[in-house]
Amino acid sequence: MTRSFLIRTPSLLIFIACLALFTIGVTLAAHYGLMSTSFVKTLGKTLCLCLAALAMDLIWGYAGILSLGHMAFFALGGYMIGMWLMYARTEEIVVASLLNSGLPATPEEIQQGIASQIFGVVGASDLPTIWSFAHSLPLQLALVVALPGLLALIFGWLAFRSRVTGVYLSILTQAMTLALALYLFQNDSGLRGNNGLSGLQNLPGLDAVSQDSISLWFFWASAAALALAYLTLSWIVSGKFGSVIRAIRDDEARVRFLGYSVEGYKLFVFTLTAIIVALAGALYYPQAGIINPAELAPIASIYLAVWVAIGGRGRLYGAVIGAAVVSLLSSWFTGGRAPSIPLGFMTINWVDWWQVLLGAAFVCVTLFAPKGIGGLFDYFTGLHTPDRKGAPLGPDQGSLQEKEAIE
Amino acid sequence: MSQLLEVSGVTVSFDGFRAINNLTFSIGPAELRAIIGPNGAGKSTFMDIVTGKTKPDSGTVTFGEKSASLLKLSEAKIARAGVGRKFQRPTVFEDQTVTENLTLALKAARSPWRVLGWRSKPADHSRIEALAQQVGLADHLPRKAGELSHGQKQWLEIAMLLAQEPRLLLVDEPAAGMTLAEREKTTELLVDIAKTRAVVVVEHDMEFVRRLNCRVTVLHEGSVLAEGSLDHVTKNQDVIDVYLGRG
Ligand SMILES: Nc1ncnc2c1ncn2[C@@H]1O[C@H](COP(=O)(O)OP(=O)(O)OP(=O)(O)O)[C@@H](O)[C@H]1O
Ligand SMILES: [Mg+2]
Repeated sequence: MTRSFLIRTPSLLIFIACLALFTIGVTLAAHYGLMSTSFVKTLGKTLCLCLAALAMDLIWGYAGILSLGHMAFFALGGYMIGMWLMYARTEEIVVASLLNSGLPATPEEIQQGIASQIFGVVGASDLPTIWSFAHSLPLQLALVVALPGLLALIFGWLAFRSRVTGVYLSILTQAMTLALALYLFQNDSGLRGNNGLSGLQNLPGLDAVSQDSISLWFFWASAAALALAYLTLSWIVSGKFGSVIRAIRDDEARVRFLGYSVEGYKLFVFTLTAIIVALAGALYYPQAGIINPAELAPIASIYLAVWVAIGGRGRLYGAVIGAAVVSLLSSWFTGGRAPSIPLGFMTINWVDWWQVLLGAAFVCVTLFAPKGIGGLFDYFTGLHTPDRKGAPLGPDQGSLQEKEAIE
Repeated sequence: MSQLLEVSGVTVSFDGFRAINNLTFSIGPAELRAIIGPNGAGKSTFMDIVTGKTKPDSGTVTFGEKSASLLKLSEAKIARAGVGRKFQRPTVFEDQTVTENLTLALKAARSPWRVLGWRSKPADHSRIEALAQQVGLADHLPRKAGELSHGQKQWLEIAMLLAQEPRLLLVDEPAAGMTLAEREKTTELLVDIAKTRAVVVVEHDMEFVRRLNCRVTVLHEGSVLAEGSLDHVTKNQDVIDVYLGRG
C-alpha cells in the first residue's frame, strides 16, 4: 500500500471509516436490544448486495461491459454454500433419529436418510452426483468460487472471443441467467427444483447459539468482505489495470493497437467480478435462509445495474450507496411499513407501487442526473462536467458520457 | 538489405468495391517513406491491413527478420510484434490524463496479470516526462486528454506512438490541425526516428512531404501508381493527371 495509492483514492479512507462506524453502531444497537434480529439480517444482506454492486461497477462502470446476468453468479454462490448447510443440518437430524431407533447406523443408511429427507419433496431418494462434495465444507466453499468462476470463464470466452459487445452482450447475459433459472426450476436438476434450498439460517453444530448472535456474525463477515473488496478494487482501478479497462470502455479498438488483448482483459474482469458476486451470494443466502431458482430471474440482474446507475457508475462508492439506498428503500416499501396514500379515487399501496416509483427514479436519473447520487459529492467538492457539446468520451457504446465525466 | 515489412499482391474488396487492388509495397528496417494519393486511394486501408484491422482477400504481409506472416495475428499481437500506428483522426483516451495516456502506451508487459502488478518506477516517470517534453506537453501532464486542442491531441498521439518503441511506425496524416512551426517540428521528429526505425507517413501536404526528403509512393485506386523521389513522381504524367493536376 503505497502513499500515492492513498492520495489517488481519497474516498477509500472515508469509506472504510464510515463502514466501520456503521458496523460498530449496528453491533451496539443489536447488543442493547434497540434493533431486531431480522433487521440486523436485513442490513447484513444489504451489505452483500453492496458487494455485488461493487463488482457490477467494476465491469460496467469501469470496463463498460453491461452484463445483465451477474445475479446468476450471486445465486450460484448461494446454492453452493446452501448445499453444505442443508446437507450438514440434515445429517445431524438423521443421525439423531437413527440413534433413537437403537441400532448403530451404517454410513449408507445415514446417506440414504439424508437423501430421502432432502429430496423427498421432488419425489427422489438418491443423492444426485452434484451433491458429491456437499458433505465437506472446504470442498463446497471451493465450489463457491470455482463453479461461478468456471461458468463465467467459459461464457465470457465464447462471447468475447466472437467480439460480442454492447446491447448484444447484455442480451446474451440475460439469456444465460434465464437459461440457468429454467434449468434449476426442473425437479431433476438435482437442486430441488422450485423448492430450492431452505433452512439455511441454521448453522450445523450451532444449535446452542441463538440467531441473535449468528445474525451479527454474518453482519460482521459481510462488512469485512465489503471492506476488503472495496480496498482491493480501489487498488485495482487506481493503477494501470484500471487505466486499461477504462480505455477499453471508451475505445476498445484503440486499446488493441497499443498491444493489449482486449478480449483477455474483458474475460479477466468478467470472471473476477463473477467470483466477487458469488462470494457475496454465499454470504447473503445464509442470512436470507432460503434460495430458489426465482433468484436467477433476469430482472434480478437488471436491478443490479439499476442500483449502480442510481448510485453513479464509474465510482466505487457510488455503487455501494446506490445498492444500499435502493435496496433498503425497497425493503421498507415492500415490507408494508410505508404508509399508503389515499387519493380518493384510488389508494397508492406502496407494496404494489414501489416498482413504479423505482422505475420512474431510474428514468429520471438517466435523463437528468447521469452521475446519480455520486454526483452530489462532485457538486459539494466543486467538480464539474466538461463542456464537450454533448460528445461522449469515446466512440464505444459503453463509453463514458459527457454528463458522467469530471473535468 | 532485407526488408522489414513486405506486402505483396494484396487485394481487399468492400461489397465488391476494390479498395486495395493487388498492392505490393516494402520498407527497410531504418527507412522513411511517404505515401501520397487522392482521397479514397486506399492509404488508410493499407494501414488497416498491416495493423490487422482489415483482413485482405488475397496476398501476403510479412514482417521482421523471419518474415513472419501478420495475417493470422490479432491487432494486439501485431502491435506487440512492433507495429505502431497513429490514426488519421486523433484518437487518445479523452477521460484520462496525458500521463495515463502515455503510461498505457509505454513499452511494458501487456498481459492482465503483469499489468495488475505494474507500478510506476522512476525510470518510467522520467521517460514519460521526456516524451512529453519532446512534444511540448510537459506542462499538461496532469490534464485530461479531452481538454487538449486538436493539435495537442495529435502530439499526444505521436508521443504515445514513440512510447511504444515500435520497429515500424505507421503515421496517418500527422500534420493535420498543426501550425506551420509544428509541422516543421513534426518533420524533424519523423526524420530523426527513421534513422533507427521504419516510418511510413501518409500526408496530403506536399510541402510537408518535400521536407521529409524521402522516397515517395503514390497510391491510386488501391495500387501503386509511381514510386521514387518526390521530384521523380511529380514529373510522372499519370500522377499529375490523377492527383497533382486536380490540386
Ligand atoms: N470498412 C469499409 N467499408 C466500406 N468501404 C470502405 C471501408 N474502409 C474503406 N472503404 C473505402 O475504401 C476506399 C479507400 O479508403 P481509405 O480510407 O483507405 O482512403 P484514403 O486513401 O485514406 O483517403 P483519405 O485521403 O481521404 O484519408 C474508400 O473509397 C472508402 O470509402
Ligand atoms: Mg485516410
